[in-house]
Amino acid sequence: MRRITAVEAASGTVLLALAVAALAPNLIAPGDPLAINPLASFQPPSFAHLLGTDESGRDLLTRIVHGTAPSLLIGVAATVIGIGLGALLGVAGGLGPRWVDSGTTRLVEVLFAFPGLLLALLFIAVAGPGPLTSTVAVGLATAPGYARLIRSQVLSVRRSGYVESAVVLGRGWWRRLTRHIAPNVTSTLFVLVTLGVGQSIVWASSLSYLGLGVSPPAAEWGAMLNSGRTYIGSFWWMTFFPGLAIVLSAASTTLLGRSIQNRVRT
Amino acid sequence: MTLVAVQRSPARRGGSAARWLLARLAGLVGVLWAAATVTFIAVRLIPGDPAEAILGGPGSQASDEALAAAREQYGLDQPIVVQYFAQLARYAMLDFGQSYSLKDSVAAVIGEQLGGTLLLAVLSLALAGLLALGVAVFSTRSGRVAAAVGSGLEVVAVALPHFWLATSLVLLFSTTLGWFPPISTRGPEGLVLPVLTLAIPLAGFLGQVMRESLLDALSSPFVLSARLRGETASGVIWRHALRHAALPAIGLSGWAFGTLVSGAVVVETVFARPGLGRTLLSAVQLRDVPLVTGIVLVVALAYSVLTTATDVFDRIADPRLRQAAIA
Repeated sequence: MRRITAVEAASGTVLLALAVAALAPNLIAPGDPLAINPLASFQPPSFAHLLGTDESGRDLLTRIVHGTAPSLLIGVAATVIGIGLGALLGVAGGLGPRWVDSGTTRLVEVLFAFPGLLLALLFIAVAGPGPLTSTVAVGLATAPGYARLIRSQVLSVRRSGYVESAVVLGRGWWRRLTRHIAPNVTSTLFVLVTLGVGQSIVWASSLSYLGLGVSPPAAEWGAMLNSGRTYIGSFWWMTFFPGLAIVLSAASTTLLGRSIQNRVRT
Repeated sequence: MTLVAVQRSPARRGGSAARWLLARLAGLVGVLWAAATVTFIAVRLIPGDPAEAILGGPGSQASDEALAAAREQYGLDQPIVVQYFAQLARYAMLDFGQSYSLKDSVAAVIGEQLGGTLLLAVLSLALAGLLALGVAVFSTRSGRVAAAVGSGLEVVAVALPHFWLATSLVLLFSTTLGWFPPISTRGPEGLVLPVLTLAIPLAGFLGQVMRESLLDALSSPFVLSARLRGETASGVIWRHALRHAALPAIGLSGWAFGTLVSGAVVVETVFARPGLGRTLLSAVQLRDVPLVTGIVLVVALAYSVLTTATDVFDRIADPRLRQAAIA
């Protein structure tokens, strides 16, 4: 085992703090994230309100802490949907007969023609905005990338020496899949999840920011940014801090995912 | 490698290149056809009256005349197969129907908004390329700062959402320093912040790719032989290794264009800048289905054409790819 680097320690600490905020928000910020106080609206950061207040006098720190669970949940759920769909396509392509492989490869290619958020936006235009559809939309938009990665991983494992020996030894396909292929794809999948969560959080919060996901006054980071948008010139803390929460969580999951990947490889 | 190329007759080489190009173009048409089919199916999957769905969903309270007009225009009383082929034929002529929210043909709206977004995307792509190049060259130096820059690239690429970067740039350059307007004006000074917002995350991504291929190139035999002939360290980078490092980045520029258009949705909204992205967002919000499908398909078209073009360019620029395709 190598020594833990400073980057790993820092991103681990951030993730730990996020986990506490998500599971027990009252431990850090005991207030009510929706409690309004018109007399204290648009307060800049101070000792009473460490990160300031919004247009209805709600405490931003409380809202950001309480917004951790929904924001992360959406990011994780979207990643799970994306990787689930991607794994379905990728495994079918990597293990199935040739026509399945060329069919799924074509499908992935077509989905790639809708770059970035466009597939998500198309889905929302059809299904209507909202937290559930925006989560599915992000999952759908990230699925083609996962499908491609998983397919190539499955293919390389399938053609590896140990799987070929298993074939020679007369193991059935189910046993090959569960005993030989799955364990060797799992570590890649785990790295993909940690790397993907960061991107999903960013995309899902982008959709909320655009008013297509979770809507205000719910305490969710993207939605908070959306309501702060109007006051960007005068009350900067309303957009800056929720955005910082998104950046920190996305950066720490990405960095941790990369270092896990490096450790798995070496 | 060169030996093999010399041995093969020029005629045969031309033939295989033409066949490769034809296959690539056929693939392009196939992808576009499938993309059009995906949007056709998606729109028909909207529950309820398709005419109502086209005009903004059940909540939009479209007038009876508008509904009747949509039914007639889309041939909704005809069998679904007829509708499908009629729609494909219209798409082939770039006819995407009428936008009910803007009361204009979708093609006209796209034509009007395309220029602004294209300018934004091209400038951002150029700036991102330059930034990425500088960072990649810097990060291949030895030393802790260079290594930190190298590993920081990915974080910049993945974890910096456009909306937050835009907000931070506005805070720094508009609110605090007062150098650039917070809202995109007609003049060139209004372009600075939107272009920076789009270029920085992309530069992080491209820089990562360039850095890796630059490191690859720097450890290859031709660099060693250049060094042995007395080339300086920086001469090796600028005159020998950089060409190899630029190739994958150029190959990615089609993809990069796609992310820029997707980013333009956010950036044009933040900076209140007219363009395709902002039009797309308002179309999605109003569920103006003809406008959404029109914009999405035009972007998919541009994106697919660009990725095909970069593939062709890659093949011309990199002889190794031609060999790989034959082997």
